[in-house]
Amino acid sequence: MGTEVYLQDNSVETDIKLKKFLRGEGADLEALQDKKLKGQLAVREVLYGKSAKAAVKAEKWLMPTEGGYLEAEGGEKTYRIKQLDIGREVDVSSLKNQYDIVLPELGPYTLDFTSSGRYVALAGRKGHLAIIDVKDLGVVKDFQVRETVHDVVFLHNELFFAAAQKKYTYIYNWDGTELHCLKEHGAVLKLQFLKNHFLLASINKFGQLHYQDVTTGEMVGNYRTGLGRSDVLQVNTYNGLVASGHSSGSVSMWKPTTSAPLVKMLCHHGPVTALSFHSNGHLMATAGMDKKIKLWDLRKFGVLQTLPGHAKSLDFSQKGLLAVSTGSFVHILSDLSGSQNYSRYMGHSMAKGYQIQQVSFRPYEDVLVIGHSMGWSSILVPGAGEPNFDSNIANPFGTSKQRREKEVRSLLDKLPPESIMLDPTKIGTVRPVMKKKEKLTREEREAEMEAAVAAAKSGPTKKKTKGRSKPSKVAKKRQEGVERAKRPFMEQLKEEDMSIKKRKTMSEDNQLLPKSLQRFARKKTT
Amino acid sequence: MKVKVISRATDEFTRERSQDLQRVFRNFDPTLRPQEKAVEYVRALTAAKKEKMFARPFVGAMDGHVDAVSCMAKNPNHLKGIFSGSMDGDIRLWDIASRRTVRQFPGHQGAVRGLTASTDGCILVSCGSDCTVRLWSVPTATGMDLDNSSDDSTKPLAVYVWKNAFWAVDHQWDGDLFATAGAQVDIWNHNRSQPVNSFEWGKDTGISVRFNPGEPNILATSASANLLLVLEAPCPSDRSITIYDLRMSTPLRKIIMRVVLATWKLPFQQFEQCLETKTNSISWNPMEPMNFTAANEDCNCYSYDCRKLDEAKCVHKDHVSAVMDIDYSPTGREFVTGSYDRTVRIFQYNGGHSREIYHTKRMQRVFAVKFSCDASYVISGSDDTNLRLWKARASEQLGVLLPRERKSHEYQEAVMNRYKHLPEVKRIARYRHLPKPIYKAGVLRRIMTEAERKKQDRRKAHSAPGSMPNRSIRKQRIIKEIE
Repeated sequence: MGTEVYLQDNSVETDIKLKKFLRGEGADLEALQDKKLKGQLAVREVLYGKSAKAAVKAEKWLMPTEGGYLEAEGGEKTYRIKQLDIGREVDVSSLKNQYDIVLPELGPYTLDFTSSGRYVALAGRKGHLAIIDVKDLGVVKDFQVRETVHDVVFLHNELFFAAAQKKYTYIYNWDGTELHCLKEHGAVLKLQFLKNHFLLASINKFGQLHYQDVTTGEMVGNYRTGLGRSDVLQVNTYNGLVASGHSSGSVSMWKPTTSAPLVKMLCHHGPVTALSFHSNGHLMATAGMDKKIKLWDLRKFGVLQTLPGHAKSLDFSQKGLLAVSTGSFVHILSDLSGSQNYSRYMGHSMAKGYQIQQVSFRPYEDVLVIGHSMGWSSILVPGAGEPNFDSNIANPFGTSKQRREKEVRSLLDKLPPESIMLDPTKIGTVRPVMKKKEKLTREEREAEMEAAVAAAKSGPTKKKTKGRSKPSKVAKKRQEGVERAKRPFMEQLKEEDMSIKKRKTMSEDNQLLPKSLQRFARKKTT
Repeated sequence: MKVKVISRATDEFTRERSQDLQRVFRNFDPTLRPQEKAVEYVRALTAAKKEKMFARPFVGAMDGHVDAVSCMAKNPNHLKGIFSGSMDGDIRLWDIASRRTVRQFPGHQGAVRGLTASTDGCILVSCGSDCTVRLWSVPTATGMDLDNSSDDSTKPLAVYVWKNAFWAVDHQWDGDLFATAGAQVDIWNHNRSQPVNSFEWGKDTGISVRFNPGEPNILATSASANLLLVLEAPCPSDRSITIYDLRMSTPLRKIIMRVVLATWKLPFQQFEQCLETKTNSISWNPMEPMNFTAANEDCNCYSYDCRKLDEAKCVHKDHVSAVMDIDYSPTGREFVTGSYDRTVRIFQYNGGHSREIYHTKRMQRVFAVKFSCDASYVISGSDDTNLRLWKARASEQLGVLLPRERKSHEYQEAVMNRYKHLPEVKRIARYRHLPKPIYKAGVLRRIMTEAERKKQDRRKAHSAPGSMPNRSIRKQRIIKEIE
């Protein structure tokens, strides 16, 4: 009896969750003619349903960790809660994630995490490069390059990272050894790495976009954006597109195989200052100098929400929280109850002199790391990270042996640059059979002709000066317009009449001859 | 204020000792896997390439015979052993694992035409063109493992001499009768020196006989008529497949297979040019015992349902020369054929084309093939006096697989099957290297059939509509079915 209670699922909830795992609609089996294929596909559809149900059950019962949350009690609001208050309530091991590292001389810090969230690469503007293991705050390697460093990004794992220095981009080992100097990219302002494709994307101070394959060293694409200097570049992990924000207020999205942007949207009245993509690929946040932060739906390319305020840096967390930073404040917005209506969730202000350069959520942890002009800090944001990681995708507790295996496996799964497209679900779908264009009936065609003639007659007539618009000339011009509109329809009608006539003559004369000899029959009349 | 932050205890997620397995955690959320379809496609492509890289089907050759291998037999009780008979009368029992002869059975004076083992695996029956049937006692399993036994040659249990040369022998699946094919089909008992029963239909010589695995009293034979001189009675040579029931005195059903290419008349005589449609061998599907497949001289194999013989269930085309032998896998899902064109092919039971082809420079005309009883190996006996052992699935990893290895193989196969119809994956998966003569012969056959088809289409287009009905290839070969 007791087990029945546990096994009874709330069917509405499970339906929603099932939809998530089913990944779209099933195949339309009614339209198939081939019975063998129909049978095979029907069996497969049943299997998919079963596997989705098993995934829902696994998600409900088998996940080892639970997510974080922050609930305000009484009259208080969550965005008034300070880090110190949170720190008092939380356990000791999580307190270790709240710290400020003060490095005042070496400039504002930009940072990048590995996909597992275990290692962070830091770059101070004045040339300080460091890899830090954030689990125990141990420094793996830090060194000085004595040049301006604009950006740093990890390659496929923590062993390699790329730094955009004053003149060129360099790739370093985690020992600090310089492996490569990438001269073709030029003076890069922003770097991004496409993990599935092993492509290093960069935008330089002349507005040129470069894509380089880091496994073979081949330059896959090299395009001029044509929109000037830009230092806003983000990759949309859902479909692999790279979006850049420009000083004209437009955001353009690029793929390595075409020289023109796939999408160019006008987002702001002033220059775009920050950009970030949600992990589901449908939501984009942009911030501009026109004091607005906009949330866009990328399916319809329309604004979902506009919020007031400046933003130097934007970042979405794995669970959909949005961190906005200006000056020395960080605001964290969240869509409570999943309704894509973002409101203030938490805030954190640093001391006045600390100018925040970049905010970045740590993957799989409820932590936000802030890189600023006096070093870097880490604060707790409950509910930001995905609590349950998948060992095959990213393992924060991975050993070096597992890292080596993963590197080989991800190289085998490396996607070709042609697989980047606006809608990644198109792969594996069946192109629908093109329906033959239905021929319009004669009446419909005549109706079309009448419509075209009427349009030509009622169109605007140009009035010419100096006595050139005499009524007779205007009437002639109008008649010519009508003839021009009629011509294609007349040609069609003529062709049809000819073919009907031909068929008639053929059938009359040649009924006596067998079909194969009909073409040799002498034609009486034309 | 209620707060909770994600906190993971390190020892829950790492292993305690180095002897433990590493812990694996799964989260099936699709948002954690961007571009999963493209990754899956790349994996399918890689799986197809890996399958080709690991395809090493040839395991080994067993040599020992002095003359061509003419027939083989499986021992139903012992996986590791196989019997083979050659054209000079030498019968050997091989141990497949070590690829060596365990026992020899000398005695036949001429070619050994048929070999079969009884249901309990104790008795081996052999028949030959010296008009004798010999029964041998098969050494037991423990005896088989002793390779260098002193008693290497054995005396037959019984020798039965009869009137005519025998062409094939087969043992009942669930009884103690065996049938031989020669001038007529004889049914024998182990203990009688004369056939218990005899069937005859027309002037045909039976060249192969097979008992039905499901129904112990039903057997199928294929026959080829003796070639008669044209100047005599205008009797066309016919090739037939006949189904007998032991409990009845007359055959059950017979289909005559022949295609007449051209006829021309002279006074009092009529010539007919016939296509060779002699069936060299038949094999019943052990999982669907009503179906059998016939290996034909016209390079095709025809599958029939024995209850409805007017139409072939499937035509399996890929060989370029006569198909000499055929054997079904114990799973009933595929069968192996050996042909005169020096190749061994594996077909799906319902597939029109072969899924695998095996060939070697040293393997000449293949006269006998057998699928091993565990469905993993294929053994071929050929003209160059060797038996060859091949893997049934060319890229299979032999031996004991760890569970993770097995899962990985299953995943690779599944992901490749999902995308196997797409052009890039199909091109890699379908590719097989063919020896030049076979490739050229295949191209030539295709040109010829295309030309014939076009001519047929034109004849139909230029004749009165309805006067030339479409004859499907499944029915084409059958002239008539006789009860």
